[in-house]
Amino acid sequence: MYAQLVETGVKRLKSLDEMEPQERAFQERIDAEIKIEAKNWMPDAYRQTLIRQISQHAHSEIVGMLPEGNWVTRAPSLKRKLQLMAKIQDEAGHGLYLYSAMETLGADRDEEIAKMHNGKAKYSSIFNYPTLSWADMGAVGWLVDGAAIVNQVVLQRTSYGPYSRAMVRICKEESFHQRQGYQMLLTMMQEGTQAQKDMVQDSINRLWWPSLMMFGPSDEHSPNSAQSMAWKIKRQSNDELRQRFVDQTVPQLELLGCTAPDPDLKWNEERGHYDFGEIQWDEFYEVLKGNGPCNQERVSKRRNAIESGAWVREAAVAYARKQQLKRDVA
Amino acid sequence: MSDWTLFEVFVRSKHGLNHKHVGSVHAADASMALENARELYTRRNEGVSLWVVPSAAITASAPDEKEPLFDPSNDKIYRHASFYELPAEVGHM
Amino acid sequence: MNDDLIQYLLRLGDTALIQGQRLCEWCGNAPALEEELALMNVGLDLVGQARNWLEYAAELLNDGRTADDLAFGRDERSFRNLLLVEQPNGDYAVTMTKQFLYDAWHFDVLQQLCNSSDERIAGIAAKALKEVTYHLRRSGEWIQRLGDGTEESHARMLAAIEQVWRFTVELGAADETEQRLAAAGIAADHDKAANAWLAEVTQIFTLATLPVPSPANYFYLSGRKGLHTEHLGFILAEMQYLPRTYPNATW
Repeated sequence: MYAQLVETGVKRLKSLDEMEPQERAFQERIDAEIKIEAKNWMPDAYRQTLIRQISQHAHSEIVGMLPEGNWVTRAPSLKRKLQLMAKIQDEAGHGLYLYSAMETLGADRDEEIAKMHNGKAKYSSIFNYPTLSWADMGAVGWLVDGAAIVNQVVLQRTSYGPYSRAMVRICKEESFHQRQGYQMLLTMMQEGTQAQKDMVQDSINRLWWPSLMMFGPSDEHSPNSAQSMAWKIKRQSNDELRQRFVDQTVPQLELLGCTAPDPDLKWNEERGHYDFGEIQWDEFYEVLKGNGPCNQERVSKRRNAIESGAWVREAAVAYARKQQLKRDVA
Repeated sequence: MSDWTLFEVFVRSKHGLNHKHVGSVHAADASMALENARELYTRRNEGVSLWVVPSAAITASAPDEKEPLFDPSNDKIYRHASFYELPAEVGHM
Repeated sequence: MNDDLIQYLLRLGDTALIQGQRLCEWCGNAPALEEELALMNVGLDLVGQARNWLEYAAELLNDGRTADDLAFGRDERSFRNLLLVEQPNGDYAVTMTKQFLYDAWHFDVLQQLCNSSDERIAGIAAKALKEVTYHLRRSGEWIQRLGDGTEESHARMLAAIEQVWRFTVELGAADETEQRLAAAGIAADHDKAANAWLAEVTQIFTLATLPVPSPANYFYLSGRKGLHTEHLGFILAEMQYLPRTYPNATW
C-alpha cells in the first residue's frame, strides 16, 4: 500500500444517530456510494485524513522515482532505458495527479511537501530500501508496483471524487509497469546467464518482505482502519489486500523459477489461500520511523532538489511578472 | 512553488468532443502551464487540444444551491422527446 | 560514401544519446516536479531518436553489431557526439543553455534532413522534427525566463554561456565528410544550419537580455573525430557498465 498507517485523529466510530444532521447527511451519502466532491460539506477529520493519505501517496510516487533514477543512467540496452524513462515519467505524473487531487481539499502542495522533507509526513516504507542491482528494477516493477496496484484498484472506488478519479487514471497507466518489471525478470531467468539468474533471486530475496510490508500493519494493529473504512477512503483491510497480493504473486514467482525467502509459504487447501510467515514488524516500524537503510538519502535528495531549484522557480515568476507588466502597458 | 499559479486543465480528446476537465498544474505563466499540462495529461495520445485556466478565474456553483439551481429542471419532462407519445403508425421521428 | 554516411549517422545518434543520458542524470533533482516530467520527456525523445539513427548505422556497418552494441560497446575515441552535449549538467542555467544551443542547431538540421535524398534519413528526421520543435520551444522559453528573470538567474546564465560557448565551434565548422554528403543531397548543409542556428540564438538571447558572444574559435578537440573532453569517459563508464560487466547477458 502506498499509504501506510494514516492517522484519522478519530478515537471512536460514531453511529448515524449520534451525528449532527450535516454529518449524518454526509455519512449517508457515502453509504449510498455517492462521491464526495471538493465543494461538498465534509467533517474536518475526513478532510485532514484525506490530505494525509493522498499526500503520503503522492510523496511515495515522487520518492519512488529515486531508486529508478539510481539505475536509469545504467540501463543495459536502449530499449530498457526507454522503458524505464517512460516509467519514471509516469511516477512523476502520478505524483502530480495526486497532489492535484489533494489541492482540491484546500491543502497547499509546497507545505505538504515540506512536511515530508522535515520528516513529519511519510511515504511508503519500500523506497527506503536500496536498489543494488539491475534486477531490482524488474523486481520493483513486479512486486512493488504489483502491491501498489492491488491497493489502488480498490481505491478507484474511494469516496472522495477527485482521489477516485486520480486512481482510475493511475491504474490505467500503471498496468504496464508491473508487466514491464515481470517481463524483465522473465527474460533474465529464461534467456540469461547464471549470474543474471542469481541476480534475480537475490533481488527477490531482498524485496519480498518489504513488499508485503507495503500493505501496512496487520488488522489488529491498525487503529485507524475502522474510521477510514466507514468513510470509504479505505475499502479493504490491510490483511485482506496482502493476502490477495500473495495469492496472485506466488504462481508468477513459480513461473519465474524463483523462490520466496519464506519457509512457511505454502498453499492452504482449506482456506483456499497461501499461508505465509510472520512479517518482521520491528523492521517495518523502524523504517517508518526514519531508520531504514535509505531514509536519509531519499529525503535529503528531495529536499536538496527543491531548495537548490528555488532560484529557478523565482526567476520564472519574475519573468512572468515582467511579461505581464509589458502586456499591461501595451 | 507557492508563487507558481494553479491552473485547471481541460483536454479535448477527439475532434468534435467537448473539452473535459482533467485536473490541474502549477506554472509560472500560461505558456508554461500549457506545456506542463501537455506533459502531464497527454502522454498517451489523450488529446488534440488543451485549455489552461487560472483556477482563481473559475466561478463554481455552490453545492447548497443544488436544489434551487438544478431541481427545477427535474419535472420539466416536456423538454424531452419521450414525453410526446405518438401513434406507432408515425414511425421513427 | 557508405563510410561517410555511417560517420554521419553516428554523429546524429551519439549526440542524441549523450544528451539523453545527461538528462537522465536530472532524475529526482529537477527544480520543480513539473520539470522532472519535462526533462525525462525530452530525454525519452532523444534516446528514441538515437536508437533510430544507430539502427540504421548498424545495418550499413553490416558486421553483426546492433544499435545496442554501438551504444554500449564503443569507447571514447569511437564516439562521434558533439562536445557540447557531453559537458556536465551544472546548474539549471548550464543545462538549459546546453539544451537550447543543441536544440536550435538540431532543429534546423532535422528540417533539412526531412528533404534528404536518403529516404530512411528523411523518415527518421520527419518524426524527430516534431519532437525537437517542442524541445526548442521549451528550452528557448527557459533561456528567456532565466536570462530576463532575477538578477541571480541572469548572472547564472552569463556564467553558463561563458562555460559552454566554446563548444559551439563544432556547430559552425563543416568537415569534408558532411560536405560530401551534403553535396549528394543526403546530409544537411552545414553552413545553412550554422546560419539558422546563429539567427535563432541571437533572437532568443536578445529577448532574454543576454549578449551573444563572438564566434567560438577552433581548438584542438573535435567530437566528430573522436577527440573528446575528459567528461565523456565517465559518461560511458556509467552508461556501459552492465553490458561490459556481463558480456554474454540477455537483458
